[in-house]
Amino acid sequence: MKLLRCPINGLRPLQEFLFGGELRDMPDPAVATDRQWADYVFNRQGEPGIRKEWWYHLASGTWFIAERDNAKDVILRTYLYGAGGQDA
Amino acid sequence: MPLRLLKFALSRQYREPRMFRAHDRLRDRYDAVIIGAGGHGLAAAYYLARDYGMTDVAVLDKGYIGGGNTGRNTAIVRSNYLTVEGVRFYDESVRLFSRLSQDLDLNIFYSERGHFTLAHTESTLRTMRWRAEVNKHLGVNSFVIAPREIKRICPSIDLDCGGHMPITGALYHPPGAIVRHDAVAWGYGREADRRGVEIHQQTAVTAIDVKNDQVVGVETSRGYIRTSRVLSAVAGYTPRITKMVGLRTPITVQPLQACVTEPLKPWLDSIIVSANLHLYVSQSSRGELVMGASLDPYELHSERSTLDFVEGLADHLLQLFPFLSDVKVNRQWAGMSDMTPDFSPIMGTTPIRGFYLDAGWGTWGFKATPVCGTTMAYTVANDCNHELIAAFNLSRFEEYELVGEKGAASVGH
Repeated sequence: MKLLRCPINGLRPLQEFLFGGELRDMPDPAVATDRQWADYVFNRQGEPGIRKEWWYHLASGTWFIAERDNAKDVILRTYLYGAGGQDA
Repeated sequence: MPLRLLKFALSRQYREPRMFRAHDRLRDRYDAVIIGAGGHGLAAAYYLARDYGMTDVAVLDKGYIGGGNTGRNTAIVRSNYLTVEGVRFYDESVRLFSRLSQDLDLNIFYSERGHFTLAHTESTLRTMRWRAEVNKHLGVNSFVIAPREIKRICPSIDLDCGGHMPITGALYHPPGAIVRHDAVAWGYGREADRRGVEIHQQTAVTAIDVKNDQVVGVETSRGYIRTSRVLSAVAGYTPRITKMVGLRTPITVQPLQACVTEPLKPWLDSIIVSANLHLYVSQSSRGELVMGASLDPYELHSERSTLDFVEGLADHLLQLFPFLSDVKVNRQWAGMSDMTPDFSPIMGTTPIRGFYLDAGWGTWGFKATPVCGTTMAYTVANDCNHELIAAFNLSRFEEYELVGEKGAASVGH
């Protein structure tokens, strides 16, 4: 069974989590052009690599960040948004 | 053992004609380079040679012919989609598929089975009715049927699903078919090869050379090729290729898994799909049940398979067919699906002249193989999008003109 470390609840089975996609910076909607906004809404870094991603712990309602190698499926670190991480 | 086979085994030479030539040398210039020797790439090569006289074409693959998603899908062909653009496109594909054995002079085992998309809730049934009306309007044989009709055509189904999720109806699509998917790639490859196209396996593209927004060449593991046209037909590897030319796309990659059981006597003639149970199943001509489910739940660039998948799938299969509880799963595998936000492909020209995309094939690519071949060959030969794929261009995202195929993708979207 694959395990993921929730920053609040510790190691839990992967089935308790939901993948929320890549962590991305939102451009300022007030000044972004339509094209910049479309790029933010639709385009992604699709190629393999180490990514910061949103994950959600369903049981406790916790959103947090996981750093994951999406080619090897190895989770490197998990932490609450804005906090420093600990090794997974 | 037949004598012919014995002679064959003892012979020092390979007596049967090979389907493709093996080329010792990669030339340093081609009119066009196609990346990916799967069904899509080889079909495009075939129609480029047949319909546009373009035979100075190299098809490159870092693996082997048909070794990617062409050989990993569950081989279902249908055209009962939801959007007008989708239905027109896939229906042309069904038409091409139905005569492909003759065109390629190779039996692709095209077998019309009838395709059921089961509904277990009222809201699913509502989408089915919507799809049926769009389909009928465009001349596609597709209609909603009641549970007793499902039982008549597929007597072994448990309409109540053990009382858990009673079936409320189904979208029925009589032309739905299954095909031997490897033969599609081999047939297209052989016929392209006969016309002079060079297929180079074990040849990886490592960079694409672009000058002033125009493709000028391709760097490969076997040397540099000068060319002004490159078609990328690599499904789950698309983001790696688009990164080489600095193109941003919405494509993300998630694995899609499938499995087959041990062979059984023929009992399932139809193709059964359940959106609510996340399951599709058909019986191959060898008697195996070929099954798939929804996408894996997160992005991953890997063709690994998981126990979670087989457990979940078996659970759902037994809801529909409880008598299969003793049947063994023989093999399971995964392919990398290049998903798009609107569940439609990304096809045609790009902001880089001479760089063409046949991508965003997610979980729906195999059934489009022939029509991708004809439309991409047209697009590459004329440097202009074929009308059937105009709506699928990459530019639709920055223009906020998506083609929402969400309700029509069978499972798990």
